[in-house]
Amino acid sequence: MYTGEDQNHLLTGHRPVFIQGMKDGVPIGLGYLAVSFSLGIAAKNAGLTPFQSFLASALCSASAGEYAGFTLIAAAAPFLEVAFMTLIVNARYFLMSCAMSQRVDPKIPFFHRIFMAFYITDELFGIAIARPGYLDPYYSYGAFLTSVPCWAVGTALGAIAGNLLPLRIVSAFSVALYGMFIAVFIPPARKNKVIAGLVVVSFTLSFCAAYLPGVSSLSDGFKTILLTVAISAAASIFFPKKYDEEEDM
Amino acid sequence: MKDSTIYLYILIMAIVSFIIRATPLTLFRKQIKNRFIQSFLYYVPYVTLSVMTFPAIVNATQSPVSGLSSFVVGIIAAWLGADLFKVAITCCSVVFILELFIC
Repeated sequence: MYTGEDQNHLLTGHRPVFIQGMKDGVPIGLGYLAVSFSLGIAAKNAGLTPFQSFLASALCSASAGEYAGFTLIAAAAPFLEVAFMTLIVNARYFLMSCAMSQRVDPKIPFFHRIFMAFYITDELFGIAIARPGYLDPYYSYGAFLTSVPCWAVGTALGAIAGNLLPLRIVSAFSVALYGMFIAVFIPPARKNKVIAGLVVVSFTLSFCAAYLPGVSSLSDGFKTILLTVAISAAASIFFPKKYDEEEDM
Repeated sequence: MKDSTIYLYILIMAIVSFIIRATPLTLFRKQIKNRFIQSFLYYVPYVTLSVMTFPAIVNATQSPVSGLSSFVVGIIAAWLGADLFKVAITCCSVVFILELFIC
């Protein structure tokens, strides 16, 4: 039970950050709408109804993970294979969750950890971790509210409407997500030379992985895990973080 | 395929996705003291987002030229201090305008 004082604190303390989260979730939602639209087409091809597509996106909210799942459903693959594929393609969320676990206020109630974990996506993780200090669950909840429904509704619309949206619009929308990624890693790269170097190395190796024979046949999700672990591990050995850099995070 | 089978597929995907996301956040309650792991987790987000951005952005659009242009313009905009929304809108506009001419 909240006392009047606590409630007052809840309003004044959490509302601005919740609204900020909602605001930052809007561009993510717009990007989601475009990307999930094409995901909905894949879901339809796999035999899912619009409602089932909506449900899958609302519960999983993982672009590559869902796409991989839908292709396996289309092939009537064994359940275990779907589970394993989902595990591999989404493994980077495990790393993101690890990173988040280090930035949670030890004093907040346990249920916040579970709710914050539910929608760790590339974009929602990116904007949450880019804020200074402890992660604020209410910021994440605000961002979830304006972005996740777009993801789920977009998937359903894709399953219903197929190719109705003009290609020109889809094409323009599809870079919104990458624009948001750029806005997350460029500001710290500008301040920190090690991060700047890592960004360049990541671009280069990712480019090589996309086109080198052999490596390029691996799934995108797996390549992302491999490169992330290899590059971050190398950087941690050669450029271990100093403790006073904490504020830059 | 039966409806119940599809719901079972969705349930499996949802459970696995949730376990991956929730395990570290709920299990790692203490601050990690190990310097390597600290550094590793500090670098992971920037590396993984960079890896996912390029070259994927080039192939996301109708024409690689517009994708590459939005990539370069987006970096410049972020470098100059544009926020999340502005960078995203800038990237989309670059693609939309360029493709009016080249597609």
